[in-house]
Amino acid sequence: MSYITKSPWLVHYDGSSCNGCDIEVLACLTPLYDVERFGIVNTGNPKHADIFLVTGGVNTQNLPVVKQIYEQIPEPKVVIAVGTCACSGGVFHDCYNMLGGMDKAIPVDVYVPGCAARPESIIDGVVKGLSVLEEKQKALAVPAREKQALREKELEPEMAINKSQEAGK
Amino acid sequence: MSLFALLIGVPLIAAFLVFCLRGNGARNVIVPLASAVTMGLSVAAAVKFFGHPEFFKLAAPELPMVIMALDIIAAVVILYYTLVRFKRPWIALLELVQLGAVFWFEKTVGHSIDIAANIAIDNFAMIMVLIVGIIGSLIAVFSLGYMEEFQKEHRDVEDRRPFFFFVIFLFLSAMFGLVISNNLLLMYTCWEITSLCSFLLIGYTQTEEAINNSFKALWMNLLGGMAFAIAIVWLGLEYSTVELSMLVNLGRSSEPVNLAVALLVFCGFTKAAMMPFSGWLLGAMVAPTPTSALLHSSTMVKAGVFLIIKLCPILGANHTGLMTMFVGGATFLFASCAAISQSDGKKVLAYSTISNLGLIVCCAGIGSYEAAWTAIMIIVFHAVAKSLMFLSVGTAEQQLESRNIENFDGMFCSMPRLSLCMIIGICGMFLAPFGMLISKWAAMKAFVDAGHPLLLLVLVFGSSTTLFYWTKWLGKITAFIPAKENLEEGIHGVQWIALRVLSALTIITCILFPGISQYGVIPYLEVTYQTNMDVIARSNLLIMSMMVILLVVLPLRFGKGRKQKQVVTNLAGENSGDNLSYRGAAGQTIPVTLRNWYMEKWFGEAKMKLCGFILCGSCLLIEFAIILGGAFHV
Amino acid sequence: MSEMVLNIISGIAYLILAPVIGGLLAGLDRKISARMQRRVGPPVLQPFYDFFKLWDKQPIAVNEAQRFYVFGFLLFVIISGLFFFTHGDILLVVFTLTMASVCFIVAAYSSNSPYSQVGAERELVQTMAYEPMLLLMALGFYLKCGSFSIDTILKAPSMNFIYMPGIFIGLSFILLIKFRKSPFDLSMSHEVHQELIRGVITEISGRTLAMIELAHWYENVFLLGFVYLFFAWSAPWSPALAVLMCLFTYFSDVLVDNCCSRVKWEQMLSSTWLVTLVAGFVNIMFLMYMR
Repeated sequence: MSYITKSPWLVHYDGSSCNGCDIEVLACLTPLYDVERFGIVNTGNPKHADIFLVTGGVNTQNLPVVKQIYEQIPEPKVVIAVGTCACSGGVFHDCYNMLGGMDKAIPVDVYVPGCAARPESIIDGVVKGLSVLEEKQKALAVPAREKQALREKELEPEMAINKSQEAGK
Repeated sequence: MSLFALLIGVPLIAAFLVFCLRGNGARNVIVPLASAVTMGLSVAAAVKFFGHPEFFKLAAPELPMVIMALDIIAAVVILYYTLVRFKRPWIALLELVQLGAVFWFEKTVGHSIDIAANIAIDNFAMIMVLIVGIIGSLIAVFSLGYMEEFQKEHRDVEDRRPFFFFVIFLFLSAMFGLVISNNLLLMYTCWEITSLCSFLLIGYTQTEEAINNSFKALWMNLLGGMAFAIAIVWLGLEYSTVELSMLVNLGRSSEPVNLAVALLVFCGFTKAAMMPFSGWLLGAMVAPTPTSALLHSSTMVKAGVFLIIKLCPILGANHTGLMTMFVGGATFLFASCAAISQSDGKKVLAYSTISNLGLIVCCAGIGSYEAAWTAIMIIVFHAVAKSLMFLSVGTAEQQLESRNIENFDGMFCSMPRLSLCMIIGICGMFLAPFGMLISKWAAMKAFVDAGHPLLLLVLVFGSSTTLFYWTKWLGKITAFIPAKENLEEGIHGVQWIALRVLSALTIITCILFPGISQYGVIPYLEVTYQTNMDVIARSNLLIMSMMVILLVVLPLRFGKGRKQKQVVTNLAGENSGDNLSYRGAAGQTIPVTLRNWYMEKWFGEAKMKLCGFILCGSCLLIEFAIILGGAFHV
Repeated sequence: MSEMVLNIISGIAYLILAPVIGGLLAGLDRKISARMQRRVGPPVLQPFYDFFKLWDKQPIAVNEAQRFYVFGFLLFVIISGLFFFTHGDILLVVFTLTMASVCFIVAAYSSNSPYSQVGAERELVQTMAYEPMLLLMALGFYLKCGSFSIDTILKAPSMNFIYMPGIFIGLSFILLIKFRKSPFDLSMSHEVHQELIRGVITEISGRTLAMIELAHWYENVFLLGFVYLFFAWSAPWSPALAVLMCLFTYFSDVLVDNCCSRVKWEQMLSSTWLVTLVAGFVNIMFLMYMR
């Protein structure tokens, strides 16, 4: 049973936005939308998080920062890009320092467009992210022996075929 | 008896040999040999006399002459330093008055006093012999390596190593004499010799600071010596005895010996650096580390509390007991608080020593069976752990060129074996299940049974503040900073011997705690208090021993387990990659510096000293006024 | 059944049931806090979901040492609790708990990160703040019941609270610190709140973090056990009252948590020591002279 969908903790980072989406993210935590009822907790700490909720785009200064935060999050993890700036750079796209959306720095799993993205869209995006998370968790949970077998199949197909032929005999 | 003659004689002979044969090679042979022999003799003496207390008359008519001669020699040396070398006439006056008093006493009344026993051997004295013999020898051996490095580093300090070792061995000899004497005149002589040794060793580097601090130590200790002398004279005149055991018996039969007891306790206060006389111990930290380890934590200051504990049965509910409790308790609390605001490693250790001595004195002042048990157990554990700590800090100082705790971070990776010794020392000082903690447990029981609520307050707050500064230090050492190089190469083999043996001893004494209590301390208390009981239930002591074993075994699990992916620390995503610096504003790389809390406004040294000095000083004045009034009433 | 067998059964029950009870209490805490804020809040079993999720995360760490120290913390908390529930010596429980706290603080120090460091210093100040009161509580029990043994305390002829109200007030005060509730949650706050990112546990992740959660559940249960000692005595119906009072204490702490904001360490230290002196020490003096 995958507990990760019952207890997704997120870390929120703002790349280069107007903070409008950040305020909408905070609104999700308020009693009106109350994401805590899904077990979602905004820990500010990447080492404790499962979901990397990013707003804003990537610029030359925050490129290494975003990468470093992403690396500190333990597997399984998903990245949810909230707002148009995070998806593609938004209104700041053509600025001299902007590199684009978050996918220029890290692999993004869910895109939530909007300027600013509404809390309902954000929650929807997080729920979609949860299903991606569950798949990743299942992939991680494949037992070691099976993984070894899969690897053997890929790297040494003749050996694997020989083994199954022998087993067949 | 010949065993004790050897015990005193061997270090004495070694002292003269080391002084005369000035070469390094000769010293490197004599010191380990003498230390090993001394250690062996101490263990032999303990094995022979544990459980068999005895009094020796030592009826030699030359003994008073020998004592007087030693007194005069010591006085001459002191006068030489205070009048000829350096101008300190008041201290010279102090010494002359004392010498005069004792001399006059011996000439007029002393030689007609009949002495039943000059030497008293009991379990407590044997415990002290073991401490001096084992720890003292180890420190002497350690000094061989340490002082060699010291002289190399401090080229401006004259190389007086023969003199250094001479004084160390002389001191060991005097300590042995001190703990076995029952004759107060003999004890007084040994006492003065230890004061002299301390003075000579503190001033070893001959810098201005060292000289000033050595004279501070000298006059405070001489003040105590004066009190000792007056006590001897008074006791001899009033009751025609110079024996400690007689004094205790007189006190037990409710004779008004309060004045003598109070004076002796005061003498113990100055030697054990109770407030307001704690300044000399802090100043003594300028001395080379072996001095601090030997004199100013494990042995000489223990002589002060040794005397007070010997007087334990006649303290308690009377004014002397109240004075002892109060001064000890206040010292314990305020020294412990002051240690929080210090970052110099040796100063923290000094304050910790003063604090623990204060606790011992407080227990001694209560005078009950439980309190005496606690006091003796604290002596044992404190001596072992504190000497280990001083030696570790000294070694670290040599390798790191600094003894500021803030510079000890990452020691776990750059000097793993040394930091392990230091960690054992720190844990041994305050953590359950080690011995000091058990002693604090017993102290709580003793204090609550004695019915003094203020003391309870002192104990609980003192324990908490103690926890603070030790854990701070522990955290600093265990900070994991992968080291570029191992800094342990320069440490001599002899230093490792001392460090490792003391670490092992810290752990072994904790595991053997029930045994030490059962076979070492309780027999002494049985004789003294005519009763026998377990202060802490045997089962609890066994649980503690098992926990120590668990703690020793547990680190074997260090580093085992699932493979972990290495990630950087959270520096808001701006970590440079090595955890040691981060990308700051305007493109600068800023190093990560972490500093402990010192809480100067709350626990500042000046504030704590003021509180402690005022409280203890006023207590001393008031209590002495009452006691003197009582004495003259008769 | 002999005393010893009962004690052993009690210890084993603690070992197995304490995480369950601790987790449920934590879940109820979050649910009630949510309702106080007019939200729905997470399900009551949420802490268990959190625990199992953390268990399966990828193992990452800043150094090899942290996991070891956290394991030591968990071990000594469990040992403390076992000493308590096998009716051992109450001072032994307090001292072993101190050992556990030191392990936890050293785990934070070992990471050499600024947030952990400040968190560790604050945790240390917190420990210094509540330690006197905890010791005075043990001494208070000794004065009232004549022994440090929990067996004797539980068999006391009269309710302990009647003679030790000041100490109980002191204990409730420091429980705010131990349960990591506002206004005293300086070093780390529980899941939903942040302080210094996550304070002492900033650099700790995955299974190691799950161990810390588990240790806190074990700890909370036997801290409530201290409250239990105030209200249970030889009367057969007293355990029910005691359990009720434990729940009452816990939930009033939740109430205080929701009403107060975090204070600075100076205020925490001074207020805790003041309460220790006024409530705790005066009570001790009363107990001493009443003897």
